[in-house]
Amino acid sequence: MSRFSKTALALVAALAAAGPARALDDYGLGRAATPAEINAWNIDVRPDFAGLPKGSGSVDQGQTVWEGKCAACHGTFGESNKVFNPLIGGVTKDDMKTGHVAALMRPDFPDRTTFMKVATISTVFDYIRRAMPWNAPKSLSDDQVYAVLAYMLNLAEIVPDDYVLNDQTIRDVQKILPNRNGMTYDHAMWPSTVFSGKAVKPDTHNAACMKNCKAAPEIASFLPDSALSSHGNIADQNRRFGAIRGQVTGPSGAPAGAKKTMADLAEASGCLQCHRPDSKLIGPAYQEVAQKYKGQQDMAGKLFAKIRAGGGGVWGDVEMPAQTEVKDEDLKALVAWILNGAPTNQ
Amino acid sequence: MQRDVEGIRDCAADRARIRKAPENFLGAEEIAAVRSGRRDFLRGALLAAAAAVGGGRAAAAESASQGEDVILKPQPWSTSLGQPVAATPYGMPSKYENTLLRRQSPGLTQVAAASVSFMPLQGMFGIITPSGLHFERHHQGWQDIDPSRHRFMINGSSPEFIRKPKVYTMDDLMRFPSVSRMHFIECGANTGMEWGNVAVPTVQYTHGMLSCSEYTGVPLRTLLEDCGADFKKAKFVLAEGADGSSMTRTIPIELVLSGEVLVAYGQNGEMLRPENGYPLRLVVPGVQGVSWVKWLRRVKLGDMPWATKDEAVHYIDLMPDGQHRQYTSIQEAKSVITSPSGGQMLLDKGFYNVTGLAWSGRGKIKRVDVSFDGGVNWVEANLQGPVLSKCLTRFNAPWNWDGKPAILQSRAMDETGFVQPTYGQLREARGRRSIYHNNAIQSWKVVESGDVSNVQVL
Repeated sequence: MSRFSKTALALVAALAAAGPARALDDYGLGRAATPAEINAWNIDVRPDFAGLPKGSGSVDQGQTVWEGKCAACHGTFGESNKVFNPLIGGVTKDDMKTGHVAALMRPDFPDRTTFMKVATISTVFDYIRRAMPWNAPKSLSDDQVYAVLAYMLNLAEIVPDDYVLNDQTIRDVQKILPNRNGMTYDHAMWPSTVFSGKAVKPDTHNAACMKNCKAAPEIASFLPDSALSSHGNIADQNRRFGAIRGQVTGPSGAPAGAKKTMADLAEASGCLQCHRPDSKLIGPAYQEVAQKYKGQQDMAGKLFAKIRAGGGGVWGDVEMPAQTEVKDEDLKALVAWILNGAPTNQ
Repeated sequence: MQRDVEGIRDCAADRARIRKAPENFLGAEEIAAVRSGRRDFLRGALLAAAAAVGGGRAAAAESASQGEDVILKPQPWSTSLGQPVAATPYGMPSKYENTLLRRQSPGLTQVAAASVSFMPLQGMFGIITPSGLHFERHHQGWQDIDPSRHRFMINGSSPEFIRKPKVYTMDDLMRFPSVSRMHFIECGANTGMEWGNVAVPTVQYTHGMLSCSEYTGVPLRTLLEDCGADFKKAKFVLAEGADGSSMTRTIPIELVLSGEVLVAYGQNGEMLRPENGYPLRLVVPGVQGVSWVKWLRRVKLGDMPWATKDEAVHYIDLMPDGQHRQYTSIQEAKSVITSPSGGQMLLDKGFYNVTGLAWSGRGKIKRVDVSFDGGVNWVEANLQGPVLSKCLTRFNAPWNWDGKPAILQSRAMDETGFVQPTYGQLREARGRRSIYHNNAIQSWKVVESGDVSNVQVL
């Protein structure tokens, strides 16, 4: 008998005097989850709508949420691929009848939007509620989630302008969702038959031929010379001694221990998740910021305070979260760099 | 074997390299030492610099005298006092090891918090990935969670499935009996950029969403049983993260019941790295990385799959008929030669140890074959032990390069008898518009100059 089992037995014996005896397989670790705790985390919504909270929201209400919290990344009409994959587009009235988006069958149709793919509307509700908006997940009320989903469904021309989505009407939406019949479980990549209802064998059948397996190798694709440098200087991405070297495909990077650039500091500080020096991403381009405040008195101090505290209203409705983790000296340097137009040579 | 020995001898006899080693052989610090005028270091360093620039000629000049200066002249590391213990309380790689790093693929994503960094497998040895080089895939940025405030909850879709919903602290979890096991983790989208055509230059970007670690943790089954799970009624498990995206995936209960799925806190002998889910992640051997939920905060037992965002909008495989395969999870047998590989160059003719990795989500690797002529003829590679289930297996094959064009391939077979497919076979079954589960045979073309590049052979 292991030492642990003896200990466990001793524990059981000790507890038996005070309360009900515990089974041997009870380690006595952990505690009961309280109903409030389960309620706080038990946020998943299944395809059969188990877990769906009560609530409702209209297309109009959703538009307000969308324009304030979603459009900056996803585009005014949910069409943008600038930051994330497009959400809206590519579905037709006919798809709503068949339940399988016809554009998915066309090799010449490159886009695959969320509403072209998704077969279960619960998926979209669940995800918005748990993970959106991007920089403030879980900040939407349940009504706001219904509203913004109603607006998205309206953008996708699945529901009319005056639609109100709630915990009952969402079931009607499921019945007309364009790609609701678009999923197949006919594959061998789940370890049981629970989805397919039958044993499915792998769909490729190579044989381990050893000699004279074909006349000659047919090269179907190769990397164009123009793409060789697409990933920087490969010589810098291999050890400089040993059996091989990396090919020189571009200028050599900075030697080890070289001074980090301000862009490196901005990246390390998390700024570049929402900003770019020369183009608008989620927040404004640094060059726009520099242009706007050019010549203004004490802008460094004001911008420092603004970044530290966060907030919105200057560049649109998407609020910038308070940046409390950046060290004072780093933030000071970053502010000076931004107001100088974020030059790449610093 | 006799042929290989001859190959080595031929190589030694043929000292004229087909190309000189690239510059930058001297580190910045050595150059600085030369410039600072340290007399003991100066001459050797200058000669070494000449050797780096002049390639074989300088080396020949040295050997024509009495030998190499690095042997004949005392070197600074042999003639000075070294660093004390614990000078670096958490040890770091040598300053010379500054090239093999996690890297992003330019243009793949727009936002670095929902992106990928690739593991540099072109220069790694053995099967274990150093934790600091483990590939990253985050959906809403990574967090560094205070372990004293991390909680793990188990509940059920119905009170029938979990009779006692419970909460565990890290203290609780680390008191349970633990196991340590080595497993690979591969993103379902690994090699995804190559479904249509060759797209990226090196194995870091073609296959770098792959890593392998020793994980330590508690079998999820143990914890579910501790909560009074009814495995007769419940058929599916949901795993949920504590990060902003609260990432969720439906986990196959078969793997939970087999005891393979771990609630893990340890990685390669230390705690998980924050980028890999500190302080707690799910380990689902053989299944694609997205199911190995990081920053794990909750597991729920139920009787239906959840169709979460990452199993209903992403990580679904588009087939030629416009249907998407849903809940594709197992990573089928796959292999890749990591060296020589795309973007590398051979400096010389002669002997090379062709080396690579093979793995299967269905068990152990049984055999790996290597071809040097684009798949016309194959030889069996040597598998390096240990060969473990759902773990990377290192293979090696001797090769005497005659300086002529070659196409290197590897082909894995797992213990079920499944053989890794060619691109032709894979596209015949699944078309070329999918993003996920590309396990086709990888080809590296070698030309006379010694340059190696990424090509696809049907």
